[in-house]
Amino acid sequence: MIREALDGKRIVLSGATGFLGTALVERLLRQVPGCTIGVLVRPGRRGAADRVRREVLKNEAFDRLRGELGDAFADTVAGRLVAIAGDVGVDGLGLDEDGQRFLAGADVFIHSAAAVSFDSPLDQAVEINLLGPVRVVEAMKEHCPAAHLVAVSTSYVAGTRRGKALETTLDATPYAPDVDWRAEVAAARRTRADLDSASRSPQMLAELHKRARQELGGAGVPLLAERTERLRLEWVKDGLVDAGVARASSLGWPDAYPYTKALGERALLQHRGDVPVSIVRPSIIESALADPRPGWIRGFRMADPIIISYARGLLKEFPGIPEGIVDVIPVDLVVAAIIDVAATGPDPAGPSVYQVASGSRNPLRYGQLVDHVRTFFTANPIHDAEGQPIEVPEWSFPGRGRVQAQLKRAEKLLTAGERALQALPLRGSQAEYAARLEERRDQVERALEYVELYGHYTETEAIFQVDRLLALHRSLPEEDQRDFGCDPAVVDWASYIGDTYLPAVVDHSRVKMTPGKKTGLSRADRGRKAILSPDRHLAAFDLENTLIASNVVDSFSWLATRRLDGRDRVRFVAKTLREAPGLLALDRKDRGDFLRHFYRRYGGAPVAAVEADVWDLWAEHLMNNAFPAGLRRVRRHRELGHRTILITGALDMLVEPVKPLFDEVVAAHMRQDGGRYTGELVEAPSTGEARALAIREYCAAEGLELDQCVAYADSASDLPMLEVVGHPVAVNAEAKLAAIARKRGWHTEGWKRDPGAPRTGPISRRASFLLAGQRKAGV
Amino acid sequence: MPRPGYVLDVDRSTPPTLFWHGETFRLEKLPVGSRVLYAPEPVEPLTDPDAAVAHALDHPDGDSPPLDDLLFPGMRLTICFDDISLPLPPMQRPDNRQRVIEAVLDKAAAAGVDDVVLIAALALHRRMTEDELRHALGNRVYDAFAPTGRLQQHDAEDPAALLHIGHTDRGEDVEINRRAAESDLIVYVNINLVAMDGGWKSTATGLASYKSLRHHHNVATMQKSRSFMDRHRSELHSSNWRMGKVLRDAGLKIFQIETTLNNDAFPAAAAFLQKREWEWTARDRVSFLAAQKGLDALSPRRRRQLLHSTNAPHAMTGVHAGEVGAVHELVTAKVHEQQLVPVSGQTDVLTMGLPYICPYNVNSVMNPILVMCLGLGYFFNLYRGRPLVREGGVLIMSHPTPWEFHPVHHPSYIDFFEECLAETTDPVVLERDFEKRFAEDEWYRHLYRTSHAYHGVHPFYMWYWGAHALQHLGKVVIVGGDPKAVRRLGFSPASTLRDALEMSEDVVGRSPSITHIHNPPIFLADVS
Repeated sequence: MIREALDGKRIVLSGATGFLGTALVERLLRQVPGCTIGVLVRPGRRGAADRVRREVLKNEAFDRLRGELGDAFADTVAGRLVAIAGDVGVDGLGLDEDGQRFLAGADVFIHSAAAVSFDSPLDQAVEINLLGPVRVVEAMKEHCPAAHLVAVSTSYVAGTRRGKALETTLDATPYAPDVDWRAEVAAARRTRADLDSASRSPQMLAELHKRARQELGGAGVPLLAERTERLRLEWVKDGLVDAGVARASSLGWPDAYPYTKALGERALLQHRGDVPVSIVRPSIIESALADPRPGWIRGFRMADPIIISYARGLLKEFPGIPEGIVDVIPVDLVVAAIIDVAATGPDPAGPSVYQVASGSRNPLRYGQLVDHVRTFFTANPIHDAEGQPIEVPEWSFPGRGRVQAQLKRAEKLLTAGERALQALPLRGSQAEYAARLEERRDQVERALEYVELYGHYTETEAIFQVDRLLALHRSLPEEDQRDFGCDPAVVDWASYIGDTYLPAVVDHSRVKMTPGKKTGLSRADRGRKAILSPDRHLAAFDLENTLIASNVVDSFSWLATRRLDGRDRVRFVAKTLREAPGLLALDRKDRGDFLRHFYRRYGGAPVAAVEADVWDLWAEHLMNNAFPAGLRRVRRHRELGHRTILITGALDMLVEPVKPLFDEVVAAHMRQDGGRYTGELVEAPSTGEARALAIREYCAAEGLELDQCVAYADSASDLPMLEVVGHPVAVNAEAKLAAIARKRGWHTEGWKRDPGAPRTGPISRRASFLLAGQRKAGV
Repeated sequence: MPRPGYVLDVDRSTPPTLFWHGETFRLEKLPVGSRVLYAPEPVEPLTDPDAAVAHALDHPDGDSPPLDDLLFPGMRLTICFDDISLPLPPMQRPDNRQRVIEAVLDKAAAAGVDDVVLIAALALHRRMTEDELRHALGNRVYDAFAPTGRLQQHDAEDPAALLHIGHTDRGEDVEINRRAAESDLIVYVNINLVAMDGGWKSTATGLASYKSLRHHHNVATMQKSRSFMDRHRSELHSSNWRMGKVLRDAGLKIFQIETTLNNDAFPAAAAFLQKREWEWTARDRVSFLAAQKGLDALSPRRRRQLLHSTNAPHAMTGVHAGEVGAVHELVTAKVHEQQLVPVSGQTDVLTMGLPYICPYNVNSVMNPILVMCLGLGYFFNLYRGRPLVREGGVLIMSHPTPWEFHPVHHPSYIDFFEECLAETTDPVVLERDFEKRFAEDEWYRHLYRTSHAYHGVHPFYMWYWGAHALQHLGKVVIVGGDPKAVRRLGFSPASTLRDALEMSEDVVGRSPSITHIHNPPIFLADVS
């Protein structure tokens, strides 16, 4: 019956790039051979057809059909699938003439596009979920008033409430929250505007700039500006998410998604005119029971992150009531229901509602779900990096408030610890500890978000009725019941969760399920191998604290005290120490200013004497503080045929002795006058983004690819240089850079002085620690 | 009259034996029946060394006129001298080199010679620092020559400063310092600390380039030398002597001056270090305890500093000048007089305590490669006749062997240890697969020439130095060493001497014969 009913029909579908949409396209193509499908997608940069090819047809859901059709797949798709450029976020759907023409011949419009994320910003959810259906129905009134609109909604439109939730339109549903949707739209748009203008206030911008600085340190104006702007946008977005949750819960919905969906349903029915409408309300859609293959899922969705966090032992408690119903429904049942509704046609009596949910027909209790999950991960534990199985925690079903309070406390503590560590001059392994702490805090933060967002759903006590759905199912002939059945009773939860759902989740999240240490190369070895591939073109090195443990103050002091006797030397050191705090402060503020200021001290120094002393500076002092592994790395790059470039704020005459290691040296150059240095630099020292520019220019001039370049540096102030290349390496990273490197998965190296190296230098160890550690000399 | 060397048979009443252990020392109880070899006591020094030097210059040995007759106005005179690797520990001022060079310079000045250049004969060793040069030559000589660039250090990597003289009958390249080769006279000033030093090795090695050195500084040569402390059975020396012939045939005039020292290696406060333990006085015991506790209490850096700043009261015992071969024979006899200890028969297990210093870590760090070189290269080879330890026997060395390097002096050692030894410890494979890359490396070359770094190839030579021992020994154990570093060297770590002896039983069976060499002071075992 289904195939016949839809034979020769033209179906328009929105939301094809989503989880449900992709499954719909696949099912229609495979099981309803007589229909033509128009998929409405935002054209993006590459055009609608290309997006459909890349984002829909490439999905593994189509593997089955590809296998069945073989070479005929391409022809079938070309003959039956039409990409329509359009956008449900735009009035008139943004259709071009072809699109309008196609729509004019449509028999069914399945509107499945939605902002499904529970944490969408309010205005975005409003535009898509609330106004989307209105726009669709308006376009239909204009182009195909007789076509049947199947609008996909959600069971949760009924709000947070107890008892039966019926398959009726919302105006006929008791206790369904209601407000004037037009006022909500206006308010949402205003909230965006308000937050945006608040985010641009001087105080806010200063605060955001401060946060960017805390995160990146002295990374230079462009990077800080970019980061500040990103933080501003994030702040606005977070504000909108909060506003959505707040507004939704004030009206009795768990969050912005069902709230906007519910108002969308109401708006749709008010605007539909004579367009026949059916509404399909699935509950939480999960991976496929059987079609296109058991366990198929698109994206990392809904409960998956929670389950993985639990199996990793990160999430020890999650709020919920053991006997509460977790209403999940396999995607293929939802797809079947939609197709059944489309084939059956609209109810002549008016808009009809079908709920696709398991709660009333075949309920899965929360306690039961937890048992299945526990059983599964006890039998198939995730393994940690050491190859040891992770034991899953005992679930205690606490109330949401308690869990939230616990997590908030942990978050606060970790944030404070992280701040404290970031303020200390840490490097290398200690800095990595700080970075781990930050990661831990991120995990807690994420868990907190899960609890806040998903908590409502596990606490829902509404029971979604499916009488109409069952009637629909039963009305189908036997053959269609087999192929397009939508009775939730077919799900055997134990087998679905243990054999289909969890294996798919685990597979999807690529967690380690086998014991034993990882065989083959470790992460560090893999990183090193990638960096030392012969394909690389160039390796750029920062000097101080990347290749040698030293800084400009140290070198200057050595040269300055070289010819001094003991007492004068002590006096010099004392003076330098007195000046240290001021110098450090200046350095933290702006590296370039600091260097310019500091280099004035070279004013009047005889060129010939300095040039001669520099060799001894290296032989007697700097080489003792060099990192042998770092020098070896430079040489290794050269052996591999890579260019090597040194980028430093140090004075060029001071780096003369290491020039043979590099093809190119970018250093500060000091003016000379009558055989003496003037103390002024010829041009600004290479710091921050100037370093990135230097690499860029060198690569452009030499025909090298930035993607194939490696850069080594130790400080967040070198971020521009690290970001510009394809292979950044954080060496002995100070806390900020360590955190960034960890987050972005950059390779790190811990290079040390040789333990046998004698202590040298004019300044005491404590003082050099102060000078070298507190600030990295980005030089 | 100083007493000759002594071989002690350990019995139950024998007090514990002093073992050097890097920058400190330990007392070890050797099993009953072990032998301990002691160096002869320091021989009487020359009463008037300056007069002896003057006499030697005026009464040369072999086929050579007195120095005065070789000097003439307008000539080019080059005085070459041994570098920082000799003597050990560095001697208290005035150094033999200073005495001899001052005497030579006086004569040159008297003869109206203006063109005089001093060259430190570094070969591939590190350049000496100003302090080290001042110590060896004295301030008067340093201040007269250094500022005008007439005090030079041999640069084996400066093509312009080298001259290829020719080939030996075996096809070996002879390439030495150009200034020296083009001089009317080379005066070479030696300190012969051990029997290996001096002779043609002075010029043919000290002034040579890598191209020339590789003919005798290689695995095959070292494996064929039995030992390199015995010139007549040393392939290393045969090659140097062949090269010497080429130099002589090419018309180079060399006036060789060799000096000897007694083995008075430690200052009076540490006299116990060169005494036999059963003769320790109460004062010796107290100073031993004080020294041991004192050193232990110091940080490793301070300890190193203290030890390396301690100079030996070595005194000159002989000086000969003139023709290379004749001078060397006489001086080697003098070295033997101080150092030979007759020993009958080989041993299953040889034990030794390695001190803090060897020729290549003066004012520096004894890195693991140098530990191997000192033990298996130098101490193992301090024999005449047969090695002290039998073939297939076990060598037990006591040294902390830290994974530490001096980044200025030994940069290529670090990479050799990290890269090459991680792959293999077989000298033949190392020579075949890695030597060329290190020898020709531009960065090492740069550091050797401009900094104070040993040449890139030097760690290989250190390893080759022990090549014969590696071939000869059944097992090498290091007591008290950093296990990781010891394993990297290919040896077995043990925490105590007792453990080490137990471990050696797997190789030499139960109740092995054990011999301990109580070195330093240095001596040469004459094994029958």
